[in-house]
Amino acid sequence: MDDVSAAVVWLNDPWNWTRGGGILDRTVEHLTMTLVAVLLAALVALPLGVWLGHREQGSTTGRRPRIQAGPAAVLAANVSRALPTFALLTIFATTGVGFGNRPTVLAAAIFALPVILANTYAGVRGVPPDVRDAARGMGMSGLRVLTSVELPLALPLVAAGLRTAAVQVVATIPLAALVGGGGLGTVVVQGFGLQRYGQVIAGGILIAVLCLLLEGVLAVAQRVVTPRPLRGVRVA
Amino acid sequence: MEPEPPANPWLSWSYVQDNSSEILRALGQHTSLTVLAVLIAVLVAVPLAALAHLRPRLAGPLLGTTGVLYTIPSLALFAVVYPLLRDRRSTVLLGLVLYALLLVVRNTLVGLRGVDPDVTDAARGLGYSRARTLFTVELPNALPSVLTGVRLATVSTVALATVGVVIGYGGLGQLMVRGLGSGYRAQIMTATLLCLALALVLDLLLTLLGRALTPWARGR
Repeated sequence: MDDVSAAVVWLNDPWNWTRGGGILDRTVEHLTMTLVAVLLAALVALPLGVWLGHREQGSTTGRRPRIQAGPAAVLAANVSRALPTFALLTIFATTGVGFGNRPTVLAAAIFALPVILANTYAGVRGVPPDVRDAARGMGMSGLRVLTSVELPLALPLVAAGLRTAAVQVVATIPLAALVGGGGLGTVVVQGFGLQRYGQVIAGGILIAVLCLLLEGVLAVAQRVVTPRPLRGVRVA
Repeated sequence: MEPEPPANPWLSWSYVQDNSSEILRALGQHTSLTVLAVLIAVLVAVPLAALAHLRPRLAGPLLGTTGVLYTIPSLALFAVVYPLLRDRRSTVLLGLVLYALLLVVRNTLVGLRGVDPDVTDAARGLGYSRARTLFTVELPNALPSVLTGVRLATVSTVALATVGVVIGYGGLGQLMVRGLGSGYRAQIMTATLLCLALALVLDLLLTLLGRALTPWARGR
């Protein structure tokens, strides 16, 4: 219990928050790394998911392409589940990627990719063929169908994917501290190094709170970006 | 003449041979952590899910709580739990159990809810009590879904156990850390491949177990 009270004391020391490399600095760093990783993953996964979903989308006329991306995405997601993030991190750290934040951001982005991809793909693909045909029948161009019909309808699933990915990434970034990087994980790893278990507990609490906060904020954001008529619809 | 830089291959059989006892120890630690964690998680999660199925009002809070636990990163959890328990193995085990819980609870609940209502109606028509319906009709029918949850949980547990390195008990993760410290690639790669192999083997065993447990589903 001494450690718990030490954690409370540590958290209540303003110096620990405001000093260079303190909690505030580390949190900003943590969130920046999260943002970069999610953006990196989204940059690849969003266009790819939209393209694959669009390509394979059911239409009341015309044929579907023979090769479907669904099983491949599922396979990628399963393999990425079995491959430890930490393993990828250490592999990156011993190559040209180097130690620190860079391998962590890269690894986090790689693990976020299938999540965003699968949701975007499912969202675009799931647009009812009748709706798409109706838009076509109204004389909309392919691009217009995509931007004003398919994407809005796919948005809830895309947003869900981005949210899941962001929460996963923010929970992965603490591992950076194990390969000499920054973020809030450093509070914990430093604490273990110094055997100051109060600081260790405090770091753990800070990371947990940050993750839960982000999850809450993104849940609200997801609701806001979902078109009103679709809000009642349950997404996975 | 310049001395040649020491070779640093990704794969080295001589490394595996020379360090077989260390590798086997790490693999054994990893396997026992995973198996024990999943076993405990199943023993806790299936009754919880069954209870939530019988009392649907409990389902929301149960899924909510396990969901929150799942959101907390393992590193944070180990950091909070270790100073309190002061035991490396139980800390990692506790963390792994908590993460496996959500996957098993959710899949068990989905399985129980997905049982064909005609089947449960038939059981009731035969005069089965609620408990008997649960144990002899609903749970066996939900078994494939439960097993899917257990497989997911097992594979993620294998990957997650490596994070135990933060408190010095990460199974194969320990090899990765040591390889990282000395910059020796073969050690990292061997540990990584063993992780993947362990996940694959356990997944395969669970699939076989599933086939053995659900003989009625085999012909389909």
